Amino acid sequence: MDNLYTVTRQFADSWGLLGLFVTFVLVVIWAFRPGTGNTYEDISNIPFRNEEKPARVETAREASGAMFKEAWK
Amino acid sequence: MWDYIKLAVLGLVAVLAAIAANYAHDLAYQVNALTAMLAAAIAFWWALRTAGDYRPQPQNEYNDGVVRAGVIATALWGVVGFLVGVIIALQLAFPSLNFEWAQGYLNFGRLRPLHTSAVIFAFGGNALIMTAFYVVQRTTAARLWGGNLGWFVFWGYNLFIVLAATSYVLGGSQSKEYAEPEWHIDLWLTVVWVAFLLTFLGTLWKRKEPHIYVANWFYLSFIITIAMLHVVNNLAIPVSIFGSKSVHLMSGVQDAMTQWWYGHNAVGFFLTAGFLGMMYYFVPKQAERPVYSYKLSIIHFWALIFLYIWAGPHHLHYTALPDWASTLGMVMSIILWMPSWGGMINGLMTLSGAWDKLRTDPVIRMMVVSIGFYGMSTFEGPMMSIKSVNSLSHYTDWTIGHVHSGALGWNGMITFGALYFLVPRLWGRERLYSLTLVSWHFWLATIGIVLYAASMWVTGIMEGLMWREVDANGFLVNAFADTVSAKFPMYVVRALGGVMFLTGGIIMVYNLWATVARQPARSALTAAIPAE
Repeated sequence: MDNLYTVTRQFADSWGLLGLFVTFVLVVIWAFRPGTGNTYEDISNIPFRNEEKPARVETAREASGAMFKEAWK
Repeated sequence: MWDYIKLAVLGLVAVLAAIAANYAHDLAYQVNALTAMLAAAIAFWWALRTAGDYRPQPQNEYNDGVVRAGVIATALWGVVGFLVGVIIALQLAFPSLNFEWAQGYLNFGRLRPLHTSAVIFAFGGNALIMTAFYVVQRTTAARLWGGNLGWFVFWGYNLFIVLAATSYVLGGSQSKEYAEPEWHIDLWLTVVWVAFLLTFLGTLWKRKEPHIYVANWFYLSFIITIAMLHVVNNLAIPVSIFGSKSVHLMSGVQDAMTQWWYGHNAVGFFLTAGFLGMMYYFVPKQAERPVYSYKLSIIHFWALIFLYIWAGPHHLHYTALPDWASTLGMVMSIILWMPSWGGMINGLMTLSGAWDKLRTDPVIRMMVVSIGFYGMSTFEGPMMSIKSVNSLSHYTDWTIGHVHSGALGWNGMITFGALYFLVPRLWGRERLYSLTLVSWHFWLATIGIVLYAASMWVTGIMEGLMWREVDANGFLVNAFADTVSAKFPMYVVRALGGVMFLTGGIIMVYNLWATVARQPARSALTAAIPAE
């Protein structure tokens, strides 16, 4: 009765099933939460940005890092 | 320092491979070892020639070299895979094409896995890796992570394909469908796949866009799930480290269930999730409008992830598999119909307001037909997973027809669309060489698929009915050979469909080549943009 198959089988068709189903429902609710219109519109336009080259290096920190290296030489 | 480590490792690999070739127990393993030795030697020579070179990784440019290589590999492997497909289709129609002098090497049994692996893993796999690298860079606005790790993934993956292909022809196979490569080739693929995962994750990690675009979710799920499936389904102990033969850890029905858990999720995550990543990027790009509903794409993603993994047991109806397991597989397969069609609608409706492009742009026509075939085969699949339908369709050519409407229609057409999209951009050309040739390709491919699928429906259902036909006394009416001879006309039609599809592929390769070679580069557009 208490072999691995029985234990995992019982978990799979009770709490495991319930857990997965609830997680899925929560994901759906999360996707439809109110007030996301602008966010999703912004995300769905990602393919139309930065086609030719990456976004510019985040200036301040990395640029000053580069200057520091220059000065170090 | 790194260069010296690389040289030492490559040299060591070449020597070990030479030793392995010397002690090899079988020809397949020996040829694999010699191939590995050669590959290591070439890589050694290359590393030696370039040792100490300055290799810039400019973070303000995309790494497109590896994508270009992937485009070439995809197009060429595609034609090779289609060609082998046509050959084995003709071998089925005309058995005398299993030449006596080539028995044991080029007969149907040896060429069939060569065909499936060439189209799924060589053509499809290169398409997935290449587009994943292209899409992840564009949608994260960051250069590919890992310096030249992307190149390792490209060459490593194609080495895997060469190893697997030569091994099949020489008889190396662990006889698991779509997982034929033996243990040593599996280990190599695992290494390459981990590098692929790292490259992809690293690029996501350093993304400049705050959000991860949905195409990347699909690509990531494909990479992770394939890693898991590959490792579990290939758990085996080699008989000798100098031979191909290995013994699987699991046996009997457990082994069968693991195999089809792998097999169906290879369809679900390799041929569906990965290619949906392509759809969610290239269809909006070619239609020049964002995806119809981003929310629906999120639901599409999670519903596929939650459901697909359970569908495998429908491959094992009426076998030693417990009844509850095959019922579960059937139910999950039927539920799967819904998210699949949700995704299809999302892809098609992306064109709403731009339907006129269908008349003028053969590339978008290709993508739309591809989504149409996605919808058709994701309806046909759930239907065939129903036990009573399966009792008729299983082991017949209907299955083969279903697979090909998915693989040629959905995977093939979306890949062609992506190739036509990518080549002018990657090589800096204004446009494709000829849209007329794209139209020729489109119609040849579409009619080819229709001939293929229709002939397989007819022969599959006929064969299923003939197998179960009993006379008044309960005796079977037909011998197996009766079904074989009855199938001949449909086999010829199928081969004809394959020839048309192959011809379309060859036209595409010419068109892509001419796009680059017969057109001038786009005028200094990329070269001389002043720094803002």
